[in-house]
Amino acid sequence: MITSTGWILITGILVASSCALVGTFLVMRKMSLMGDAISHAVLPGIVIAFLLTASRNTFPMLVGAGFFGLLTVWLTEELSKKGRIFHDASMGIVFTTLFAIGVILISLFTGNIDLDQECVLYGEIAYVPWDLWIWRGVNMGPRPVWILGMVLLVNITFITLMYKELKTYSFSPQMAATLGLPVGLIHYGLMGMVSFTTIASFESVGAILVVALLIVPPATAYLLTDRLHRLLLLAVLLGVLSAVGGYYLALWINSSIAGAIAVVNGLQFTLVFVLSPRYGLLGRWLAGRNISRTDSGMINQPASK
Amino acid sequence: MDILIEFFSLQDPNIRFVLAGTILLGISAGALGCFAILRRRALVGDAVAHSILPGVCLAFIVAGGKDPFMLILGAFVFGLLSMVAMDFISRNSRISPDASIGMVLSVFFGFGVVLLTFIQSTGYIDQSGLDDFLFGQAAALVGEDVLVFGGLSLLILLITILVFKELKMVSFDPSYALSIGYPVKMIEFLLALLMVLTITAGIQAVGVVLMASMLIIPAAAARYWTDSLHIMLIIAAGVGALSGVTGSFISYTAPAMPTGPWMVVSTALIFFLSFLLAPGRGEIARFIQKKKLSQRVACENILKTLYAMEEEDGRFDRVRPWKELRQRRHLTKHRMKRVVSYLLKRQLIEYFPGPPEGYVLTETGRREAKRLVRVHRLWEKYLNQQLQIAEDHVHDDAESMEHLINSEIEAELRKSLGSPELDPHKSKIPYEQESKPKTGGGGS
Amino acid sequence: MYEPEKDTSGVNPGRTGNPPIEVHDLTVAYDQKPVLWDIDFELPEGSLTAIVGPNGAGKSTLVKATMGLIPSSSGYTLIYGKPLDKQRRNVAYVPQRESVDWNFPISVMDVVLMGRYPHLRLFQRPSRTDREIAMQVLREMGMDAYQKRQISQLSGGQQQRVFLARALAQDASIYLMDEPLAGVDAATEEVIFRKLKELRDRNKTVVVVHHDLQSVPENFDRVMLLNLRMIAYGPSKTVFTDDNLQRTYGGRLNILSQMVEESRQQRFVRESDY
Repeated sequence: MITSTGWILITGILVASSCALVGTFLVMRKMSLMGDAISHAVLPGIVIAFLLTASRNTFPMLVGAGFFGLLTVWLTEELSKKGRIFHDASMGIVFTTLFAIGVILISLFTGNIDLDQECVLYGEIAYVPWDLWIWRGVNMGPRPVWILGMVLLVNITFITLMYKELKTYSFSPQMAATLGLPVGLIHYGLMGMVSFTTIASFESVGAILVVALLIVPPATAYLLTDRLHRLLLLAVLLGVLSAVGGYYLALWINSSIAGAIAVVNGLQFTLVFVLSPRYGLLGRWLAGRNISRTDSGMINQPASK
Repeated sequence: MDILIEFFSLQDPNIRFVLAGTILLGISAGALGCFAILRRRALVGDAVAHSILPGVCLAFIVAGGKDPFMLILGAFVFGLLSMVAMDFISRNSRISPDASIGMVLSVFFGFGVVLLTFIQSTGYIDQSGLDDFLFGQAAALVGEDVLVFGGLSLLILLITILVFKELKMVSFDPSYALSIGYPVKMIEFLLALLMVLTITAGIQAVGVVLMASMLIIPAAAARYWTDSLHIMLIIAAGVGALSGVTGSFISYTAPAMPTGPWMVVSTALIFFLSFLLAPGRGEIARFIQKKKLSQRVACENILKTLYAMEEEDGRFDRVRPWKELRQRRHLTKHRMKRVVSYLLKRQLIEYFPGPPEGYVLTETGRREAKRLVRVHRLWEKYLNQQLQIAEDHVHDDAESMEHLINSEIEAELRKSLGSPELDPHKSKIPYEQESKPKTGGGGS
Repeated sequence: MYEPEKDTSGVNPGRTGNPPIEVHDLTVAYDQKPVLWDIDFELPEGSLTAIVGPNGAGKSTLVKATMGLIPSSSGYTLIYGKPLDKQRRNVAYVPQRESVDWNFPISVMDVVLMGRYPHLRLFQRPSRTDREIAMQVLREMGMDAYQKRQISQLSGGQQQRVFLARALAQDASIYLMDEPLAGVDAATEEVIFRKLKELRDRNKTVVVVHHDLQSVPENFDRVMLLNLRMIAYGPSKTVFTDDNLQRTYGGRLNILSQMVEESRQQRFVRESDY
């Protein structure tokens, strides 16, 4: 039987993996902050779902939050275009307003009951082993594990099926468009994945720390490799490592597990940022001292001696 | 209604502080936010706001309690640290600025949460501590806070006025500023310092998550109202102040409500209204301008058609049936009516009940029609001759351009083309001296 | 190893005995890949030089590195024999049009006035004389009627003229311009070329990153052929030869091969994937 520690670790690994996968594309497309925006803006969705179904059932929350996630993306684009504002400012306006509405809804309708704002913000993965899914009297294991497992499966499927398209799109949406790829679909598909992943992860790590798992492992991996498939794998590896490391760190100093995971991510990044032989500070210093002459190829010309 | 009066009579000293504090905060954040959004650093403020948490916690641990000075110091140090980190990462690696911001935001905040839970486990503070930090406690503002906010606003005002031209240049074109040897890094650091100060102070009022909106939304709203930077700063400060008032009012009437979110929502409302209603740059104004333009274009086209018909049969006293006019230009009845009334009002055409019912160009109308045709043909000639575009491709471009060419541009065209006689389709270009279209035998 | 063809005939030393601008040993690398390699050149007073080369050859980088706007692995710039930092007032830089947000709430006059800032101290405001100078250069560029206009209302060519006016207002001896003729209408092109030649005739040193090979021989008296390294530089009559152009641009000038080269540099998408 899996111990509660085991369940917690499994949950952490699932969250980290899903986030690393979708996060990689966000980072490549320079849309990292959209992950931050979505994770804040889904708050009203969660509240509304809670109010309508009078329960903390995950499925309606997923729907409500998914809707608001996509709404955020759409509103940001529309506002940026029609309002002639920069994309980042537009994002800031949309998600802070939606978040504010969410908070207002909470205080208007729920007072201070079940919808713990702290919980939403930094989750409590430690409770996972006790959040069991009892189906026809049989203990199926913790509910979040099932949900996260499904999300991970969907993410992997999506990425595998659309790998070539996602690759081109991440490299250059214009090129993808000229090649006839459905850029709009890919974009919203990706954002949808981000929405579901963030919401599914909320319960475990909370809104703000989901952002850490979305951005930091892929960014760290980006300082180690150029090839997309290696990037994805490395990001997942780093994410999983941070989840496990974070758990034990939290155990050691008796703190929030989610926070510890974020800190471990930070440490991983710092290490790689400094020491990466190619793209880290070390690599740059080395390159500065010795630019390889054989590497200097001119445009359209064979490399000269 | 009574509540409003009660509120604005400022009898309750508490209200005075809350009002003053939030207004001053709104002014500072609004003004600084202009620079943030113009330099595309809108979300850096959000990251800084989140990064302050570990600073506050560390200060709490070090000071062994809630020492306000230490807390602010800790917040300030970490705020500044986060800005340095974001900048350093994106400058010294291939990580893009947005990823850099997101990383610092989440990792610093995570670190803060670790410290916070550590503190909580030792029993020092409870849940509400975090609440206040996250969502702000505007209602708890006291005299000291107002002094701080006031001082801050004054400082920002002073600096903005003193180094306005430097701030403007660095925000608009930092590479040019660098090229003439301006201390761009210092100026950017100054802005960063002011931003961290404002955020540190402001978090107490509106909380972490919503601090960013106080920086972004008033500035974005102000942009719609003006095209000049210093006015934008003033309007943004005004909008910020207004949202302070609204927030305070709401927290007064409904004490259970969180002030911060209401400030944000009211600012967002002002933003939306600005987006719609601002003269010139607002949506409604632009819509009206578009409509006016398309009306003018339709009218000018009718004038041209009348002229073309005169050119065809060489007669300029003949009544042109409105049915024919309508068909030539594919206008709906409704559209035609509006065009005709516009032209009649300006006495460019005359109405004849007929039969056939129709219109004739007046002298003024004919002059204007001639000008349009001239400009159209000159433009075709220009496209054909200077830009080497084939004759059969120039007409459509000229159809739209002719409505935008004023007399200044027309003069330049004539000069650079040397007042040509014919257009690419070998039609004559009518200049002012001529009084009749010269196609075959004239009427009269 | 090969030596670039350097024709320094006609490089007469300036009033101080030094050329107005010289750059030595300039190498710029980004992420271990060299973008500029071992660049060396000097230019005479009263010259109009074009920097040409294929996309990605480092032309823009050359200007920015010369101005010290981006870090370089090695190299230095001398202005009349003195280090650049002491002579910045004397060098006017015109950045690429895209480098700036043209929706910024600022008027044409404000942009041009920036050209006077090198003559002002830190807290000083532009004086009436400065404004008059700004109006004068706007008149020379045919933009005086637009002085109060917000820059977003300008066409591409007008924006370019405003940038040029700013550089003129600076009243420098040396002008470094990054693609001032890119995407402008025929009338603006004429105005700008006329102005550049006028500057040369007034003994200024003008260097222009230029994209259109065809207009080089008739407009520029000197040319620099660049492709990571300096292929050749000197008077356009002697240097702008088919042979040199071949060495600069390589065999295939067509767009497709350039695109392939660009994507290969990005290393993400391989040709074989498609």
